[in-house]
Amino acid sequence: MTATVTRRSVLTLGAAAFVTGIVGLPARPAWSAEIADTIKEFTGGAEPQTGRVSIDAPEIAENGNTVPIGISIESPMTSDDYVADVIILAAGNPNPGVATFHFSPMSGEATAQTRMRLAKTQDIVAIAKMSDGSFYMDKRTVKVTIGGCGG
Amino acid sequence: MASAKPRVKVPKSAAAGEVITIKTLISHKMESGQRKDKDGNVIPRSIINKFTCEFNGQPVFTCDLEPAISANPFFEFSAKVTESGTFKFTWNDDDGSVYETSADIKVE
Repeated sequence: MTATVTRRSVLTLGAAAFVTGIVGLPARPAWSAEIADTIKEFTGGAEPQTGRVSIDAPEIAENGNTVPIGISIESPMTSDDYVADVIILAAGNPNPGVATFHFSPMSGEATAQTRMRLAKTQDIVAIAKMSDGSFYMDKRTVKVTIGGCGG
Repeated sequence: MASAKPRVKVPKSAAAGEVITIKTLISHKMESGQRKDKDGNVIPRSIINKFTCEFNGQPVFTCDLEPAISANPFFEFSAKVTESGTFKFTWNDDDGSVYETSADIKVE
């Protein structure tokens, strides 16, 4: 075994890993497979468009135990054109799911606020499902000073 | 967690067709299932997993909660009121408990 691990083979391996790393990066989404699966499950494979959804969250959260988050979606909220569901995901939490809001035309406006826990600095993703079956998303990075998972 | 105390803030009156803001808060520890006690044993998950707001029996706003929601879950959302009636708020706990409260609104 010792004979096969030469300085040259180690260098080649390292270089190979480095190259795959660079080449692989642009093709990979910015988040893990688990969150990609959750998004896919929610959208049924459809690619969400950007716009209409906006996340209102602090740029820097001092305490990860209670981070205020607000979601608002541009929509007339009539009985034939409204926002049905909104899923909020935290890409860097042990479980990415945060909450799923279900609106109705009686909501009047598609806005909601809550408070969430964030384990570390990470991306927050919100995806809205419109009544016509289209999907819109927004992403926002929140810096967390003290994580909120109490481990 | 039978001591969970719900609090809601709904305006007493509104104009017909007005979009009002509702705030709700309930005391609950929302144990995430991620924490460990002093001996290293995982503290089991115990959270409120669903919140519902209905107006005169019609759904207005519903939320599925995950362990990532902070202790004492807070919600702020809006509702369009066209007639006088009652908002009914329901929280469902992991342990099967249901916490309820309601608020009346008068449309002038």
